[in-house]
Amino acid sequence: MKDTDIKKLLYTHLLCIFSIILSIFIPSFFLENFSILETHLTWLCICSVSVTAVNLVLYLVVKPNVSSKRSSLSYKVTRFLKCCIYFLTSCFFFHVVFVLYGAPLIELVLETFSLAVILSTFTTVPCLCLLGPNWKAWLRIFSRNGVTSIWENSLQITTISSFVGIWLGAFPIPLDWGRPWQEWPISCTLGATFGYVAGLVISPLWIYWNRKKLTYKNN
Amino acid sequence: MRLGSGAFAAGCVVVEVLGVALFLRGFFPAPVFSGAERQAASPAPEPSAGASSNWTDLPPPLFSKLVIMLVDALRDDFVFGSKGVKFMPYTTYLVEKGSSLSFVAEAKPPTVTMPRIKALLTGSLPGFIDVVRNLNSPTLLEDNVITRAKAAGKRIIFYGDETWVKLFPKHFVEYDGTTSFFVSDYTEVDNNVTRHLDKVLKRQDWDVLILHFLGLDHIGHISGPSSPLIGHKLSEMDSILMKIHTSLLSEERDTLLPRLLVLCGDHGMSEAGGHGASSMEEVNTALVLISSAFERKPGDVRHPTRIQQTDLAATLSIGLGLPIPKSSTGSLIFPVVERRPLREQLRFLHLNAVQLIKLLQENVPSYEKEPGFEQFKVSERSHRNWIRLFLEENSSEALSNLGAKVRRQYLDALRALRLSLSRRAAQYDVYSMAAGTILVLEVLALLLLSVPQALSRRAELDVPLLSPVFSLLFCLLLLALVALHGVVCTAADSSCYLCSLPWLAAGGVMVLISALLCAAMSALTGIFANGKCLSQNPPQCTSRWSELDLLSLLGTVGHVLSLGASSFIEEEHQTWYFLVNTLCLALCHQLCRNCFPGDDGAPQRCPHTEDECGRVAVALPGKRAGPERWELGRVPTDPASLEALRGPERWMVLASPWLVLACCRLLRSLNQTGVQWAPRPGLGHWLTSSDHKTELSVLAALSLTMIFVLVQKRCSVTSKVAMAFGLLGVYCYRAAIGNVLFPWQQDSKDISKGITEARFVYVFALGILFTGSKDLLKSQIIAADFTARTAGLWEIHSGFVLLAALLLRPHSLPVLVLGLVIQTIMTRFIWRPLRHSVAEVTVMHYWFGQAFFYFQGNSNSIATVDISAGFVGLDAYMEIPAIFLTAFATYSGPLLWASHLVNFLTSEASSGAALRHACFCYALICSAPASVYIVLVTSLRYHLFIWSVFSPKLLYEAMHLLITAAVCIFFTAMDQTNTQS
Ligand SMILES: [Zn+2]
Ligand SMILES: [Zn+2]
Repeated sequence: MKDTDIKKLLYTHLLCIFSIILSIFIPSFFLENFSILETHLTWLCICSVSVTAVNLVLYLVVKPNVSSKRSSLSYKVTRFLKCCIYFLTSCFFFHVVFVLYGAPLIELVLETFSLAVILSTFTTVPCLCLLGPNWKAWLRIFSRNGVTSIWENSLQITTISSFVGIWLGAFPIPLDWGRPWQEWPISCTLGATFGYVAGLVISPLWIYWNRKKLTYKNN
Repeated sequence: MRLGSGAFAAGCVVVEVLGVALFLRGFFPAPVFSGAERQAASPAPEPSAGASSNWTDLPPPLFSKLVIMLVDALRDDFVFGSKGVKFMPYTTYLVEKGSSLSFVAEAKPPTVTMPRIKALLTGSLPGFIDVVRNLNSPTLLEDNVITRAKAAGKRIIFYGDETWVKLFPKHFVEYDGTTSFFVSDYTEVDNNVTRHLDKVLKRQDWDVLILHFLGLDHIGHISGPSSPLIGHKLSEMDSILMKIHTSLLSEERDTLLPRLLVLCGDHGMSEAGGHGASSMEEVNTALVLISSAFERKPGDVRHPTRIQQTDLAATLSIGLGLPIPKSSTGSLIFPVVERRPLREQLRFLHLNAVQLIKLLQENVPSYEKEPGFEQFKVSERSHRNWIRLFLEENSSEALSNLGAKVRRQYLDALRALRLSLSRRAAQYDVYSMAAGTILVLEVLALLLLSVPQALSRRAELDVPLLSPVFSLLFCLLLLALVALHGVVCTAADSSCYLCSLPWLAAGGVMVLISALLCAAMSALTGIFANGKCLSQNPPQCTSRWSELDLLSLLGTVGHVLSLGASSFIEEEHQTWYFLVNTLCLALCHQLCRNCFPGDDGAPQRCPHTEDECGRVAVALPGKRAGPERWELGRVPTDPASLEALRGPERWMVLASPWLVLACCRLLRSLNQTGVQWAPRPGLGHWLTSSDHKTELSVLAALSLTMIFVLVQKRCSVTSKVAMAFGLLGVYCYRAAIGNVLFPWQQDSKDISKGITEARFVYVFALGILFTGSKDLLKSQIIAADFTARTAGLWEIHSGFVLLAALLLRPHSLPVLVLGLVIQTIMTRFIWRPLRHSVAEVTVMHYWFGQAFFYFQGNSNSIATVDISAGFVGLDAYMEIPAIFLTAFATYSGPLLWASHLVNFLTSEASSGAALRHACFCYALICSAPASVYIVLVTSLRYHLFIWSVFSPKLLYEAMHLLITAAVCIFFTAMDQTNTQS
């Protein structure tokens, strides 16, 4: 593992953070009355789209994993379609999990689903970019000692921190403070966003500090 | 002496229960109350500048007769809202146009009948502990209106709730008490009152008539405030009010003084139909004063104003020409005396203020600094000036201007005085609280410190009894504590409970405190000694925590910390549902990893070999003994066991957490509980509404069948038959009391109390329990009779299930069914294949038990306790069975999970010490929140919500600890049989 890799990682992550920050500030120039809390769903869409776009661009530019040998157009298309299906599946899966956690079943369906979309954006999209629609690889990464590169390691960290963020974000909901951000699902989306950003910041630093100890099978 | 860790833990919890009881006694002190002699003081004379005015005796009464019509749970909107307009036309007419005064009287929590009656009649703020005493109300010794009226020779007649007769024995010249404990009856209780009415209204030989109608409250308990029965009951009350009012009016002409009719409620009714907490619906009650003295001009619109419930006592005393009760914190309802001459008005206000000032002087050491005191002095001075002017007969203009000013000053002073008195209502007995807290914290420390020893393979502990160092320490400590006790008790004004105890009992507390301290010290030194010898040969164990251990640790710590916030206490069910869901997801993750090992073939199962007690290890970093001591006798997880699973079995294993999650989601929407989301319509509301009786019947029948199917497979033939009959009896009982229908029965027939049916079920439940204990005893005598033992335990479990099926509300039967389903799924597909450690299984059982406590519809407010469960199968109120049944019904979730834990561990029989470890873990995990909560409550004792949120939770926590003690003793008893067989 070289320091240049870590540097590359850091820059890509900084770009992701930048895209989130832009999604907060840019739309207010075009849309009236735009604010994170009041037009929350709009912000969620914009944020989700921009993070997805940045992830895709970065994946195409940086190419962290060795691209597969076959690269015919049809293969690429099927792969892309598969990725879309995976993304949608993960959205529905998260939606079901939220309902099981107690989100209302019928009211606020759109809000719950948009929360599922933003969580999928933070977790599934990077996985799809890096690993492709290969769920065995996913399982490998999310079990102990299964990572094989710093990219996968940082993926693990950002995903887990997004989950932890959304988990912690659910805590303020029962408090009777009556703040606007306590409304479903704002605190959870904010928690997920903070978790994701924290994961993006932490993972290069953590890898840098532990670079002596980390050994991957491939390098 | 060596002691099994189970017995040790049980002993610890028992001591902790003692400590909590001591704390509770200090935390809920006797209410603020005037200690002065009842008849000693003569009424305060009118303040005067010269010697000329000496109006020293009490002013004459304003009303000749008084009728109090107390309608239990009369919420303000039942009279002043749309319901009142629709169902109470006569009352509405009186409120809007008649000669009446109407108020919204605010009751203070606890909104339970007896403390509220006390507040209405004494004007004091009864302490929270009155809720607990509500069930066996003792005589009211405090100064109150009724006793004063009796002393003044008034003849009082009472009909209604028996509580009054107990509160005021020998006060009524005629009475008929109705027992209030059959909540399912709402017609008889009121007919019992009304049947006397005609006779009494004709007679003229009484001065005060009190009627307490219970029906409305009972309807609330049965079917909630939106039930159609409420309307009928309100119309009935309206016609009764009309009857009384017309009768009073017709006879009034031949008397000089007007009469007063008071319509009031003791507390409100929550949206779920209960009461006890402090929501707006429970606190706001209607109060209407009707008398020809309050006649108004045609255009005079009066809106109900807000007053305190305690204000009624002072007003009634003045109305009847009696002295105001000494501990009354209320102020006179001024509109009542508004029509009187100004001199009388000021005299009344002065009397009231003097009484409040006296109470303030008795209860507040620095009373001169209170704002009300200064205001009182000022107004008394101007009152004196006014009297002088009045007697000198100055111009009426200046006189009335000055009088109005004095009146305003008095009213301000009264308001300030009332405020500072109600703030003083909470006074704590700090000494007893401190002793209790120390006891509880020492137990917790001892439990934490003995973790390494208690969870070792032998599961035994050394109890140093006769080590010379510690016996010396013990004696010294004891001496010091006794000296301290003497000093504290002589110095303080001996209002502490601990000082009022006999010396032997107080000495016992001292002995316990010092013995526990010594034991904790010896455990600490033992750990240090171990640590030293371990540091010489560092342990090889480099175990990692599984995420399950991490989750249980974080969850426990998070839950304990969340108890510091009032909203988290109100919504504690959310915490538990959240934790249980997360637990299921973690299990799902674990299962996935075990079923699909990665491509590279590296071993990826979670390596929880020796971190059984990982949760606790955080508290004791570096104190881990060698691996061999931590082994809990569990075979390490064998990944092959899951990989070998093929086909449907494997998919069932993978699907099981999701099934459990789905069950939890269903249960969660069955009973909406808590505060913020409680008014949301849940499935439970839908089922209990009278339109859906058929659906409820089908559901109940289905649930009972399911219970039978799930329970019978491990029972013997006799208990199978008994179970079937018992469950049939449960349905018959529900049909008899009118909750469900038989298929051949079209509309509801006459409703009985279902005593025969319920007793029929009791016979079978007791029979099953008896068979179970017989099997257990047999297994104890005939050694190594393993099957008899497990069968006996399961029979005891099923006996509990049957009892719970009888006592739970009919729409909560799915809770029982899904609980059994989850237990079966978890045993079969999760705990058995994954071979979780004893500690992990115990934590999971505890969490599910807590979640089920809330799935049942419980919450941390007193209002959700289903007191009707205590009267199933009893035809009269019997205290001990009623308390036992109510406690069992309330805690049936945690109890059933605990009993399942015993069953599971015994049937697995992985290690002889499993039960002891489980008992220890259970004790530790239950006593941690209780002990921390005691400290939290002590520090939050001046919090705004202390009485409405934190105190009920404290009672719940204490009760839970008591239940835990029972569970631990049960565990230990089972364990004893184990070692002997
Ligand atoms: Zn009541
Ligand atoms: Zn009631």
